[in-house]
Amino acid sequence: MDLVTPGIGLIVWTTLIFLILLFLLKKFAWTPINNAVKTREESIRAALSSADKAKEEMLLLQADNEKIIIKARNERDSLLKEAKEVKETIIEEAKQKAESEAKKLIEQARTSIKNEKFSAINEIKEQVAILSVEIAEKILREKLANDKEQKDLLDKLLKDIKLN
Amino acid sequence: MNLNLMLMGSKYRKLILVSFISATFSLVPYFGNAQDQHNTNEQDTHAAVISDSGSHDSSSHSQSADATFDPGLFIIDHVKDSHEWHLWTKADGNHVSVPLPIILYSKESGLQAFFSSKLAHGHHHKGFYLEDGKIWEELANHEIVSPLDFSITKNVAGMLVAALIMLILFIRMGSIYRKKELSVPSGLNGFLEPMILFIRDDIAIPNIGEEKYAKFMPYLLTVFFFILINNIMGLIPSVIPFGANVMGNIAVTFVLSFITFIITQFNGTKTYWKHIVATPGVPFWLAPVMIPVEIIGLFSKPFALMIRLFANITAGHIIILSLISLIFIFKSIFIAPVSIAFVLFMDCIEILVAFLQAYVFTLLSALFIGLAAKEHHH
Repeated sequence: MDLVTPGIGLIVWTTLIFLILLFLLKKFAWTPINNAVKTREESIRAALSSADKAKEEMLLLQADNEKIIIKARNERDSLLKEAKEVKETIIEEAKQKAESEAKKLIEQARTSIKNEKFSAINEIKEQVAILSVEIAEKILREKLANDKEQKDLLDKLLKDIKLN
Repeated sequence: MNLNLMLMGSKYRKLILVSFISATFSLVPYFGNAQDQHNTNEQDTHAAVISDSGSHDSSSHSQSADATFDPGLFIIDHVKDSHEWHLWTKADGNHVSVPLPIILYSKESGLQAFFSSKLAHGHHHKGFYLEDGKIWEELANHEIVSPLDFSITKNVAGMLVAALIMLILFIRMGSIYRKKELSVPSGLNGFLEPMILFIRDDIAIPNIGEEKYAKFMPYLLTVFFFILINNIMGLIPSVIPFGANVMGNIAVTFVLSFITFIITQFNGTKTYWKHIVATPGVPFWLAPVMIPVEIIGLFSKPFALMIRLFANITAGHIIILSLISLIFIFKSIFIAPVSIAFVLFMDCIEILVAFLQAYVFTLLSALFIGLAAKEHHH
């Protein structure tokens, strides 16, 4: 029976010890520990949420970057296109210019060739005239070496003149 | 035994060592007593002297005089509270024990304080004497009464040491947490913090609710660790300040459950009291039946709390002591290995029970407080 009848002394001591323990621990242990745990949990929560935010921002940034890249690429493409066009036009123009220049040059060459030809032909004509005169002179000299022949020619020439 | 020790992993080695030490220390007094009994059998004339000087109270007095081992007395002796801290019994039958302060209030002589060594061996001191583990007073008119006994008994001393351990442990922890609020718990704090968080997240918040739990956390934490540390200290036998069967004492569990009861009633909401006085949905003419039932229910909850803790811890101690007693019942040292193996097993279970009962007491306290303090939304 002793085992299940509580003694007054032990009740008093237990109450005293437990209440003092409760008071001291509440003041010096549980309150700071619980507060620290709470602040730590809050900081972890804040850190996690800020990390999430950063992630979202990163995603946004990434999307922006992609947009910018696409834009830049388009711009580059259009620039390239323009440049190509410009190049082609320049080449075309240059070609045309060159062609016209060439034509002009050819024309000039032709005219100068013509002129040269004319003058050459004239010269040749002159030369031919001189030569033919010389040749005629020589031939005449040969033919008119005897008197008979001279007479014949004179006759002939006279005849021609008469005819004229 | 050694083979077992070697076979086990190093993880369990500490546990086994503790249990082994516990088993050996439990044996020490009765190796002594066995010799004592031998002596008394051989020398009858000397027996009276030995028993007279050797017993600290009449239970072991009768034990050595009868010279037969009474496991019942042996067990009850160890489970009960005591006015001195018995360490071991010498071969000549003398007990070696640490005296504890005795504080008495007598109607005749007022407040008295002295050491229990003055009452040892059946001595009378100022009319006070020890019998059956209780202090009696012989008044001037030869009337025998029992004075109010506020002694620092074995249980009180054990409890004080447990309280001291808790203060050192948790105030140190608290100061570290106060200084560096965002530090990572290290060392022992890393072991204690999860337990604190467990009590908060798995006991207090689910049972009391998010809004009100914080108010009750100090009580729940204190009661959990108080029970746990006392239970574990109670499993380490005989060496001061261990081995006191604190939570296996009904006075201690009574106080703890009474505090739970007080907290529960003082935090009862309107709906809680309304449920007791006039349970909704019950016809008014049933009130004469329902109100007594509700009031019994009020008291049966902490009563169950008190009995559960007391019975569990006492039962554990009794089983371990019974297994030790086997050696002396069989009067053979060869039964010891079997006995020790069983005690080891029981000690492991008792460590589990130490945690479990601390948890159950805290959980049910939180549940009762929650039932009273929680706002119910119908």
